[in-house]
Amino acid sequence: MQTTFKSSKWLPYLLLSPSVIIVFIFFIIPSGESLFYSFFRLNITGTRKIFVGFTNFVRLFSDPEYIDSLIRSVLFTVIVVCLGLAISLGIATVANNKSKFFNIYRTLLIWPYALSPAITGMIWSLMLNPKIGVISNLLYNIFGISFNYMTNSTHAMVFIIVAAIWKMLGYNIIFFLSGLQMVPKELIEAAIIDGASPWKRFIKITIPLISPTTFFLIIMNTLYAFFQQFGLLHVVTEGGPGRATDLLVYKLYRDGFISMNTGYASAQSIILLLIVTGITFFQFRTAKKRVFYGN
Amino acid sequence: MEIKIMKNRKQLSQIGSHIIMILVVFIVLFPMIYAFVVSTQTKSEYFKFPPSMKIGTGAIENYTEAWYKGNLGRLLFNSTFISLFVALGKIVLSILAGFTFVYYKFKGKTFFFVVILITQMLPLPVRIVPTYMLMSQFGWINTYWALTIPFFASATGTLLFKQLYTMIPSSFADASKIDGANSLQFLWHIVIPLSKTNIAALFLIEFTFIWNQYLWPLIVGNSIEVRVIQIGLKQLIDTDAAVNWNVLMAGTVLGMIPPLIILMLFQSSLIKGLSLGQDK
Repeated sequence: MQTTFKSSKWLPYLLLSPSVIIVFIFFIIPSGESLFYSFFRLNITGTRKIFVGFTNFVRLFSDPEYIDSLIRSVLFTVIVVCLGLAISLGIATVANNKSKFFNIYRTLLIWPYALSPAITGMIWSLMLNPKIGVISNLLYNIFGISFNYMTNSTHAMVFIIVAAIWKMLGYNIIFFLSGLQMVPKELIEAAIIDGASPWKRFIKITIPLISPTTFFLIIMNTLYAFFQQFGLLHVVTEGGPGRATDLLVYKLYRDGFISMNTGYASAQSIILLLIVTGITFFQFRTAKKRVFYGN
Repeated sequence: MEIKIMKNRKQLSQIGSHIIMILVVFIVLFPMIYAFVVSTQTKSEYFKFPPSMKIGTGAIENYTEAWYKGNLGRLLFNSTFISLFVALGKIVLSILAGFTFVYYKFKGKTFFFVVILITQMLPLPVRIVPTYMLMSQFGWINTYWALTIPFFASATGTLLFKQLYTMIPSSFADASKIDGANSLQFLWHIVIPLSKTNIAALFLIEFTFIWNQYLWPLIVGNSIEVRVIQIGLKQLIDTDAAVNWNVLMAGTVLGMIPPLIILMLFQSSLIKGLSLGQDK
């Protein structure tokens, strides 16, 4: 417990007010308005409103474009989170020995964290460019695949998955490394004496002991995969070809700011809010129950 | 004998993991290296088949063209100004909030704490339409205001500082009280100097976050006066029928240098700060 200071009654409120005012004006009230507008048909200036009840939501779930986009986003998220974390954990396990180069590796690996999704998209669209890209050339020469994300839907999806995973790689590896360093050496040594194979040691000791890190990364990566992809999509595919890479955030942008379907877009915002709420709820529940936090 | 074998084996596995790590680092950094290489090549150099990984001869032309054609000076200034302003604003506001939650007793503490934390549950897409409408009511479209003020509150920052201040030994506050310092003097002379690592970590996180934003500036900041680098680069793609990859990559390299510099400067604090933020 920290020693508290006596002060005039209003001082704490005064100090909190900048944060609280901003949160109310730009976060809480607009979110409430999203909910409110989702029951209306209205234009972007908000001057004309017609109450339509649940029509926007009914329309949403009878719109095959939206359902597709929802399924695609979930699939994208699952792949980015699972594959991204598996690769990062693999690399971190290999990197986890205390050598003098360790810090250099760590320093270099975090670099992609500083890149924006948009810049990531530009660099990867050069590397995977069907004509001049260095990786698409490799793919063609080694596997005979003519990779073209501009015309092939599967290739486009593979593109954004690879780019999205790549950008988070450094971040994930660094967290796994700090998790792995906290696994007590004695435990591993005891298991070696008991004759446990490296794989068994990994599954039975390392995985449970780093579960807080893994769990934290699952949440961060899920939120990242759901909400941070707009720049990448807008730069690389614009949701295409067709609607092959039209994730929820991109669809929301199209409906809200290109087609100006304000009420319809607000209903999509509310679905996104439900998704975040779900993730947060899962975070709190699992954090209490399942994850091993040591003492 | 056996010990020697074990030692050899250990060394061997060490060398093995170094080789793997060098490979991994190369793969992770390759896209950035490649972007730089192409940014120095002339058109005929990067159209070569198979693609060449040699530094080219067109660097000066490419960077000059990107700079003038993309109006990069203005874009980089805007991005830097906005990112600095927001990062500093977030730091000040979250220090004040974190400090208040730890060092004062007042009614509604839990309520206000939840209010600030709830921002984490409300990412931009959840409230984008009404926030946009608010900006146009305020007349903030295409102004710096829209790109800065709405981002000033920070749940991450508030948590980060609250956690740090809970861990400061209470003897610090007691001693200041005995010296007759009031709470604000204590904040200024004792607490802020103790917050340096967290300030650096938060600065890095938020500067990068704002620098890399895309959706919001696309919607509210599309005039040349306030346009940021991310949006400007996309327009560099769209202006020509065929993309000039060398020029675009020159712009891209310039666009990733500022956050990389900040990253290198404050990296050690980030690792400390992030691991602090992790066990919230």
